[in-house]
Amino acid sequence: MRTAKLLIASVLAFGLGIAAASAAETPKVPTQKWAHTGFFGTFDRAELQRGYQVYKEVCAACHAMHQIRFRNLAGIGLSEAEIAALAKEYEVTDGPNDEGEMFQRPARPADRFKSPFPNQQAARAANGGAYPPDLSLIAKNRVGGENYIYALLTGYKETPPAGVTVMEGMHYNEWFPGHQIGMAPPLSADRVTYADGTKATLEQHAHDVSVFLAWASSPHLEARNSLGLKVMLFLFILAGLLYATKRKVWRNIKH
Amino acid sequence: MAQPGSTTITEGEGRKHPDGTTRRDFLYLSAGAFAGTGAALTGWAFIHSMNPAADVLALASTEVNLAPIAVGQAITVTWRGKPVFVRHRTAEEIAKAKEDDKADLRDPQTDARRVQKPEWLVLVGVCTHLGCVPLGQKPTDAKGDYGGWFCPCHGSHYDTSGRIRRGPAPLNLAVPSYAFTNDTSIRIG
Amino acid sequence: MAKYDYVPSPFMANSIVKWVDHRLPIFSLIDHELIKYPAPRNLNYLWNFGSLAGIMLVVMILSGIFLAMNYNPSTAGAFDSVERIMRDVNYGWLIRYIHMNGASMFFIVVYIHILRGLYYGSYKYPREILWWLGIVIFIAMMATAFMGYVLPWGQMSFWGATVITNLFSAFPIVGEHIVLWLWGGFSVDNPTLNRFFALHYLLPFVIAGVVLLHLWALHVHGSNNPLGIDAKGPQDKIPFHPYYTAKDAFGLAVFLIFYAYFVFFSPYSLGHPDNWIEANPLVTPAHIVPEWYFLPFYAVLRAVPDKLGGVLLMFGAIVILFLLPWLDTSRVRSARFRPVYRVFFWLFVICCLVLGYAGSQPAEGLPLILGQVATIWYFAHFLVFLPLLGWFERPLPLPASIAEPVLGGGKSGTVAASKPMEKA
Repeated sequence: MRTAKLLIASVLAFGLGIAAASAAETPKVPTQKWAHTGFFGTFDRAELQRGYQVYKEVCAACHAMHQIRFRNLAGIGLSEAEIAALAKEYEVTDGPNDEGEMFQRPARPADRFKSPFPNQQAARAANGGAYPPDLSLIAKNRVGGENYIYALLTGYKETPPAGVTVMEGMHYNEWFPGHQIGMAPPLSADRVTYADGTKATLEQHAHDVSVFLAWASSPHLEARNSLGLKVMLFLFILAGLLYATKRKVWRNIKH
Repeated sequence: MAQPGSTTITEGEGRKHPDGTTRRDFLYLSAGAFAGTGAALTGWAFIHSMNPAADVLALASTEVNLAPIAVGQAITVTWRGKPVFVRHRTAEEIAKAKEDDKADLRDPQTDARRVQKPEWLVLVGVCTHLGCVPLGQKPTDAKGDYGGWFCPCHGSHYDTSGRIRRGPAPLNLAVPSYAFTNDTSIRIG
Repeated sequence: MAKYDYVPSPFMANSIVKWVDHRLPIFSLIDHELIKYPAPRNLNYLWNFGSLAGIMLVVMILSGIFLAMNYNPSTAGAFDSVERIMRDVNYGWLIRYIHMNGASMFFIVVYIHILRGLYYGSYKYPREILWWLGIVIFIAMMATAFMGYVLPWGQMSFWGATVITNLFSAFPIVGEHIVLWLWGGFSVDNPTLNRFFALHYLLPFVIAGVVLLHLWALHVHGSNNPLGIDAKGPQDKIPFHPYYTAKDAFGLAVFLIFYAYFVFFSPYSLGHPDNWIEANPLVTPAHIVPEWYFLPFYAVLRAVPDKLGGVLLMFGAIVILFLLPWLDTSRVRSARFRPVYRVFFWLFVICCLVLGYAGSQPAEGLPLILGQVATIWYFAHFLVFLPLLGWFERPLPLPASIAEPVLGGGKSGTVAASKPMEKA
């Protein structure tokens, strides 16, 4: 089966190329257990809502989520009324009105999450020159995704290892590239009082907000998984049928 | 270069069943039907992508402040990319609209069914003929023979309730779904 | 040799078909070139990759058109419009993942297609122009893929575009002007994005045109085959339909399983995380790498510590393929009968993988040295090994015909080893 050998070799060759391409990154972060990974993964709505609470009460002070709108929160299990009420807590600028002036109005479900700073420059200026990145795609644009977020949030060390000096205003973090991060440890036990009574340990905070950010990056993950399983099932049956057809067609041809 | 030889292959013919069909035919049909279904479903995903997206649907409501609109005045606001006429009707206009409930209407509808409060008439400002925007919002506009709106494209006349009275349009000007959020403001959509 | 006796398919007798065909012989064309088209009876599954590449082109064009309906080619709006496709457009995420991963699939298929051609000597007489047209398609594909990668306006889009367009500045005197012209400004910016979108939309249709020429050239002499010998008579060929339509259809289904796995379960593993960050002209990512399918060429570019030298070498790595039919001096096509070439073929594959690895790493230390060695090997393969092999290698005896090994029953080898394949 020369063909088969050649095919396998080609696929292998391709796989090696990919592995080589992705191996060249920062130290690999430990993998956590998530409900949403794997073929059958779905988000845990309770984790998502707690994670949103952490974002809202802690992260949102510095980090924008430009791509997320209040209406998207239906995806973490909030009802329309809850979303409308939540949006109303924020004032957004709209306009111009008939007099040509911009004005403030309560946010609506269709509005984007309100950014803590009007622009990047303001964000930098308020944070000692370090720009707090937008979090809407953070689980996709960091190597390691939600595992990295979790590792980063739990990876602060009060005393850096011997021989490492941390610059003024920086903090030592095991998993941040270069280990010196401008963000002060954002989470600690009981930083947030969970509405559902879950014990608010540091790990719980980090886990919940990582799940929330993973959802924000890939809101269609559940639809993708469920459609993907159906497509796979369909394709396997189709391949079987076509293989039988091919066998039948070629039955009397010596080759 | 030699042309390829004639093909004398008949080996591949399937065994015939009494009714003339073969097992190969059955496989062809089932595999073809299966593949066709898959292609059609995939095609649907692509076609559906051209329907209004979530952000478009979410922007489907507009708030209008009625306080600055004096009696007899009208304003035009944008809702879902279309003009919406909001007219503060005078007593005469209301009376005329009610009176015409008994007239011979092409698209019969009472004025009471077309308004929530008689003094406020809210209409989608798109002629039901071919989609032009009728005149009649500005005091200087031609309002047509029935004192409401007049579509300059093909000459449709609408009355003070926005009902079609003459011309090619088949239906009354549409009333969008709206609600009074308080005495002086409405939310359309 | 026997004449090809064309017997029309039954549907050709239909009166409507006849009416149309008399005025526009489109049914005759389909019948001749797709249905009754005589193909060697011994094509293996590696011959599926040509039709797979054609299907990938169609998939990319279709998904691309639907993406373009929602895409905004401006530096201010591109990133957000892509995110809108991902989040708000109905099935937008699906169409985008089909397109995004489709680019990788297209390259996988085409690379296997090219390697198949190399292994079985499909570029040799009388298929040199067929081979050239294939390289033209490959180059157009690379240009299309590069410009398409710029469109989402992520960090890698921007910096990839900056680096690649800057390649042209290596040329003396005209270089700077070419770069300004490519950009339509003083850096990669709005005008660049706009023109890349226009060209990214146009080029696939140019590719489709060249594909037609490629098929035309293919159908003049027919497919090569795993034995690399010419068809001797009717017993060597079978009609394309139903034999190869059935085989291609099964291969397609298997390929779609592989493709769908990436689309649904690993949609961003083939891309780079940095491209989910909006382009920022003031911050370069720590480590710029092109998409995986460009990595070998990227390694060649960086193998020479000289700007112009690297650029010339990289273009040379592609251009040299045009000369391949003459650099390979052996008259035996298939590696099956070329024991030494077979070894060199696999060494060449390894060489390309090493180049890919070197291209993915920072250009320093061991990866750089590996990249340099592999670059030398790459060129030596074409310029030294192939010409010499033709003279020194002793090919195995060729079978007398395609059908002989399966139908003849007797041992092959009646044709002396010293007598290479006939030029019929």
